[in-house]
Amino acid sequence: MTTLPNTYAISRSSRASRIAAVAGTLVLALLIAAPWWAGRADMRLLSEMFLYLSLACLWNLLAGYAGLVSVGQQAFVGFGGYMLFALAIFAGLSPLAAIPLAGLLGAIVAVPVALLIFRLRGAYFAIGTWVIAEVFRLSFAQVSALGGGSGTSLPVAIVRAMASSRSMREATTYWLALAMAVIVLAVIYLLLRSRNGLALTAIRDSELAAQSFGIDIWRNKFVVYVLTAGLTAMTGALIFLQKLRISPDAAFSVNDWTAFVIFIVVIGGIGTLEGPIIGVIVFFLLRETLSDLGTTYLLILGVVAIAVMLKAPKGLWGTLKERTGLELFPLARRVVKKKN
Amino acid sequence: MDWINAILQGILLGGLYALFAAGLSLIFGVMRLVNIAHGDFIVLAAFLGLTITTTLGLSPLLALCLVVPVMAAIGYGLQRLVLNQTLGEDILPPLLVTFGLSVIIQNSLLEIYSADPQKMSAGALETASLALPGDLNVGVLPLLMFGVAVAVIAGLQWVFYRSALGRAFRAVSDKQDIAQLMGLNKAHIFGLAMALSLAVVGLAGVFLGIRTSFDPSIGPGRLIFGFEAVIIGGLGNLWGTLIGGIILGVSQNIGAQINPGWQLLAGHIAFLIVLAVRPRGLFPRID
Repeated sequence: MTTLPNTYAISRSSRASRIAAVAGTLVLALLIAAPWWAGRADMRLLSEMFLYLSLACLWNLLAGYAGLVSVGQQAFVGFGGYMLFALAIFAGLSPLAAIPLAGLLGAIVAVPVALLIFRLRGAYFAIGTWVIAEVFRLSFAQVSALGGGSGTSLPVAIVRAMASSRSMREATTYWLALAMAVIVLAVIYLLLRSRNGLALTAIRDSELAAQSFGIDIWRNKFVVYVLTAGLTAMTGALIFLQKLRISPDAAFSVNDWTAFVIFIVVIGGIGTLEGPIIGVIVFFLLRETLSDLGTTYLLILGVVAIAVMLKAPKGLWGTLKERTGLELFPLARRVVKKKN
Repeated sequence: MDWINAILQGILLGGLYALFAAGLSLIFGVMRLVNIAHGDFIVLAAFLGLTITTTLGLSPLLALCLVVPVMAAIGYGLQRLVLNQTLGEDILPPLLVTFGLSVIIQNSLLEIYSADPQKMSAGALETASLALPGDLNVGVLPLLMFGVAVAVIAGLQWVFYRSALGRAFRAVSDKQDIAQLMGLNKAHIFGLAMALSLAVVGLAGVFLGIRTSFDPSIGPGRLIFGFEAVIIGGLGNLWGTLIGGIILGVSQNIGAQINPGWQLLAGHIAFLIVLAVRPRGLFPRID
């Protein structure tokens, strides 16, 4: 067989990724139509899944790609939630306008935070992010206009003004949650396919090698941190728009917004785009079947997470990918034979 | 006078924070491991002390004779069976495994002891105090705890720099492979380091339980105090950690003096100021 120079090409898409794109579009269309086929409880559960998916993808981008292991993302979830309430209550903004603004403010506040905690390395960085979250929690607990330590509710008038009827309001918050997850997935996908994404992947694989190729590691990490903070704050605003009530302990809960999210990413597969999706499905399956067990359920989660980390550190998707080379999001480049 | 009192009590509180921090500092120095469950082990030790004092009717200080060896044994077992498998280039596995441990310990304690706050009673010792000139009073118990903290730091310093075990610690810390070639079993050395770390945690936990009420959820907060003391004092410097603990304790008490709601916030802010001005801590070990 003679190989002519132009019979091979570099391609990112594969059969699996093309099938996944079609299937993904169908699932998305089905999910958009959910207000017409799903019940109220199902829609609540689905919205919660979308918001967790969004948090998990963002944490995965931070820890899995940029190597920034944070256990303090609840800082931005809570900050976003509080900004939504503050903008709606004090500035009279409609929640729909307040959500992107909360994201913007989250990104802005992340700049000084990053300048400070980027001085810490590795595991100390992780605990540093936690301190920041505690500072946020204690600070918001001092703001008496937002209910201090006991928190506050979103005024009924503001909630009513969002949509004409209760079912319309529920459908709106559902679509917002779905849109959030889609936006986060799209942003991360596009980022990873860009020049910066290539740099990030290089940093993930070997920081030293990446640096020797002239990649500015600090700048790349900084950009990812600020971007993640902004999107996390937007997700936080949506979470508390759904809850309609906020308090410092709920807003800055390390269990709800970081422990569960880490669990999702570790189970699904860290450092892959597909991992968090699988992780969210597994997490909610476990939760819906085991949540009656109370604290035992959390114990099981902890044990499963440790077992996965020790026995299959790449998670469910990472292990599958290693064995089969399967990739649903076309990110990796591969050599394929051209069809003539 | 209130201010001087606040500062004095803060210094004594700092001793307890230094005890929280010493174990954390030790294992980071030896194997670059940060134990996210450190605070939860402190609370576990407090509950262990509580069970021993209530079932055997011992005083908490005598219970230490049981709590410390039990915690050390837990530490050795944990390191050999679980944590040694996670050590390597990647910092993620140890971080996530100890994070999982933290969730497990918290919820196990919740299951066994419920969420109600508990406290250990040390009898008359708790209320005994020494009168100082100028209307100041110092509790005997906080003073005793501070003295023990100084002794523990001095002891660890001696172990680390003057004993055969310390030499082994420093050897594996510098270059694991070469230390192994020289006949040190690094899995065993790491086990001993974790045992020593959790022995100090046992002490800290029982002191915490005598000093204040505790419940299964307060572990992460103690981890953060210990961590802040380590960073303020400078990585790898044990005496620095003691000073870091004191600075944290004094800032918290001064904050509480201004406004009771600012106690914890003032401590965190002191930490952030040090991080902004002296990112390597006040007294970094000269490398």
